[in-house]
Amino acid sequence: MNLVPHLPALQVVLPLLVAPILVLLRDARLCWLAALATSVTGLCIAIAITGQVLDGETLRYAMGGWAEPHGIGLRVDELSTVLLLVVNGASTLALLGGRASLLEQVGEPRQNLLFAAWLLAVAGLSGILVSADAFNIFVFMEISSLASYILIAGGPSRRALPAVFKYLIAGTVGATFYLIGVGMVFMMTGTLNISDMELRLAEVGDTNVIIVAAGFITIGLALKAAVFPLHAWMPNAYAFSPHIVTAFIAACSTKVALYVLLRMDFFVFQKNLVNHEWQFAFVLMPLAAFGILFGSIAAVFEQNIKRALAFSSLAQIGYILLGASLITVAGFNAAVLHLFNHALAKGALFLAVAGIGMRFAHLRLDEVRGAGRRMPWTLTAFAVAGLSLVGIPGTAGFVSKWALILAVLDRGGLGVALLVLIIVSSLLAVVYVGRIVEALWFGEPAGKDQAVREAPPMMLVATWIAVAANLWFGLDASLPGELAGRAAEDFLRHLP
Amino acid sequence: MNHILNLFNYWVFVLLLMIGFYAVIARDNLVKKLLGLSIFQAAVFLLFISMGKVSGGTAPIVLDGDWDAIFSNPLPQVLILTAIVVGISTLALGLAIVVRIKEAYGRISDVDAPERRSGPP
Repeated sequence: MNLVPHLPALQVVLPLLVAPILVLLRDARLCWLAALATSVTGLCIAIAITGQVLDGETLRYAMGGWAEPHGIGLRVDELSTVLLLVVNGASTLALLGGRASLLEQVGEPRQNLLFAAWLLAVAGLSGILVSADAFNIFVFMEISSLASYILIAGGPSRRALPAVFKYLIAGTVGATFYLIGVGMVFMMTGTLNISDMELRLAEVGDTNVIIVAAGFITIGLALKAAVFPLHAWMPNAYAFSPHIVTAFIAACSTKVALYVLLRMDFFVFQKNLVNHEWQFAFVLMPLAAFGILFGSIAAVFEQNIKRALAFSSLAQIGYILLGASLITVAGFNAAVLHLFNHALAKGALFLAVAGIGMRFAHLRLDEVRGAGRRMPWTLTAFAVAGLSLVGIPGTAGFVSKWALILAVLDRGGLGVALLVLIIVSSLLAVVYVGRIVEALWFGEPAGKDQAVREAPPMMLVATWIAVAANLWFGLDASLPGELAGRAAEDFLRHLP
Repeated sequence: MNHILNLFNYWVFVLLLMIGFYAVIARDNLVKKLLGLSIFQAAVFLLFISMGKVSGGTAPIVLDGDWDAIFSNPLPQVLILTAIVVGISTLALGLAIVVRIKEAYGRISDVDAPERRSGPP
């Protein structure tokens, strides 16, 4: 039996099938092994799909043999593969290094449920990425969100509970807004298939219903993607979840929501609404700029390491959105590159933080002072990943920031203002990363740190694989560059 | 007047949507927030069901071999069946979180407010 044509479906079906089996397993170690094996297989599938997409055109798959647009279709193009790699890679690395940390923070009796929820989150996120159907995207979005709420609430901190409640409210309102928008488009076209929507909307033309639908979809997904000022749920949800869960969620969940935002806007609306590229840019570019500034400033003044990194994520989402809202091939290319590279940097940083979190009860700057002397490997990893977040040449972060600067400069006067913004926020990034690294390396230890020693070997291995990826893709960006370049051309082709 | 009557379902949709949204934003009590969220989602169910209705149409079932009967569009109903399941799961998970908040804090409103004063947990 040849499985290769079925790979896009297997990407979703495999974790979806293994998740309920894990619930039945009692042995914590076995659960972890099964989840890790599933995740590694998912990563291999994602790599195989990437190979196929690099070779030729977009992959299409008809579920149950029913052809699109009447059947439910799957569709994998360059942008989907970039994010499939991110989702499955982040899940694999976090699981590889996270066993000890999860045992400590979630407790042994609940490991099977935890890993089941984890695989459901992977299945949901992968499902969003391969789906060609707007309503299926909604369902997968809710599967991944519900599973993420469970994961975030699983930690020992009671402050995770109000945080996750807030996330649940925000996430559900966002998804419902998206559903209203999809409903309105469905009302006008009678189809849910994204490619078919684009064709049929051309017959409907530029009507108010479609503009309202675009508004609902954009706002709803911006809420899910934590675009400034709709990010209120994010900092605490990242800060108080189990450390390993943060490493996984922070690397991919908001980016997948951004992916849906770009997919719907460019594939469905750009061609069919007059001047929609300007409507899109006028709404999102100022939000992106404020998000970059606000996130960077808030990160500088934050005492909790995880919250500081969460605010930094807000700024990085701003960069991605800024690139996309330039509506040029270069800008979109930079946005996709930054999606990939920021996931690498933030994933590595949160994995290193998880290592620190195993040795310290609280991750406040004044309590982890001087930890670098006791756990040099973890802290070196943190410093290198921090350089990638700032965008020092030789790291992945530099590649995408440089691409963004070049794209911005094409924009004349506005571009110079945006360039100043990017430089200011990069300097702020130097400050907030530098502040944490300085406290960790040069601060006087708080005293009672006799128990502090290096993080477990598996955690170090996972962290350093992530750091090595940052360096590798900083020196040789041909793979993400190729995918991002082709994704940009593909998306911009939908402009009128 | 006719304008309002013809679009009656959609006006109810807007009204329910706003009632639910108001409760989500304005209420401190977490259970009331969840109730608001449910009303908010129910409004969207009404939107979908209304758009599938064909005036004079019956249920989309073939009766007595009558293939020419006018029937309502079944697709929105199927979609909403899925959305109802999603809504119930969300509500159940939300209520479970509220139970745990009650266990951890001893109350289910104003959970966020006093924490800023008390520092780390």
